[in-house]
Amino acid sequence: VTREKVREFARATGSDGSEGPGGPGGADSEVPPTFPIVVAFTAMSELMAAPGVGIELHRVIHGDQRFTYTRPVRVGDRLTATLSVDSLRQLGGADIIGTRTEITDERGAPVCTAFATLVHRGPEEQ
Amino acid sequence: VSTTSSLDAVAAGDALPTCTYRVTRADLVRYAGASGDFNPIHWSDRVAGSVGLPGVIAHGMYTMALAARACSTWAGSPDRVREIGCKFTKPVVVPDDDEGVEIVVAGTVKNLTEDGVHVALEVTCGGEKVLGMPKAVLARA
Repeated sequence: VTREKVREFARATGSDGSEGPGGPGGADSEVPPTFPIVVAFTAMSELMAAPGVGIELHRVIHGDQRFTYTRPVRVGDRLTATLSVDSLRQLGGADIIGTRTEITDERGAPVCTAFATLVHRGPEEQ
Repeated sequence: VSTTSSLDAVAAGDALPTCTYRVTRADLVRYAGASGDFNPIHWSDRVAGSVGLPGVIAHGMYTMALAARACSTWAGSPDRVREIGCKFTKPVVVPDDDEGVEIVVAGTVKNLTEDGVHVALEVTCGGEKVLGMPKAVLARA
């Protein structure tokens, strides 16, 4: 987690630092709560790209998202995301994929858990 | 760390100060780069139309980031957001103009537990709810 990456994310969502002291990327930098999606999304992308999975990103709808935090993310953290598919069902020709991504720090200690439901609609549904 | 929090003296049923944010196409492009989500439905009308959308839509995570931003403001720090979640129920269509659209984030205190202040959010665009059951748990200072 670099200062510049946090600053880029915070600026994109207008979190200019008025929410807390120091400002995004500042000395006592505070990281926006949804920032862990950066690593969680990388894990989701690897799932989609895995051989035999056959998910196309532009046919994916994000159904829901939830984060629970053990501690806030900090600049300098080295995060690892481990994604599990918790549930898989089909509804009206769409695949509904329930995922859980455990995000841990360089010591393996939990930082946050990201839960996401991805809905994949095949081209035959159009 | 001492910062202004709206949560110091809240009780169940209290409304938190409503936050309004503007979203433009340029914000979506920035967010795509910042988040790594380059799904073309968030920047290409052609691709958005091909999958049945009325036009380019905001990333659900963009709208959720704004909800989290309101929570950070209420709590006095993003570090006090202990849990946040929502369903993405209605796409936020962002027109290709300079004005964009307004997202309004309102919050009501549901109850207080040892985990913190449980808040039910309401996130709307053009008067319509765009997130389903958005809620958060915010720690007090």
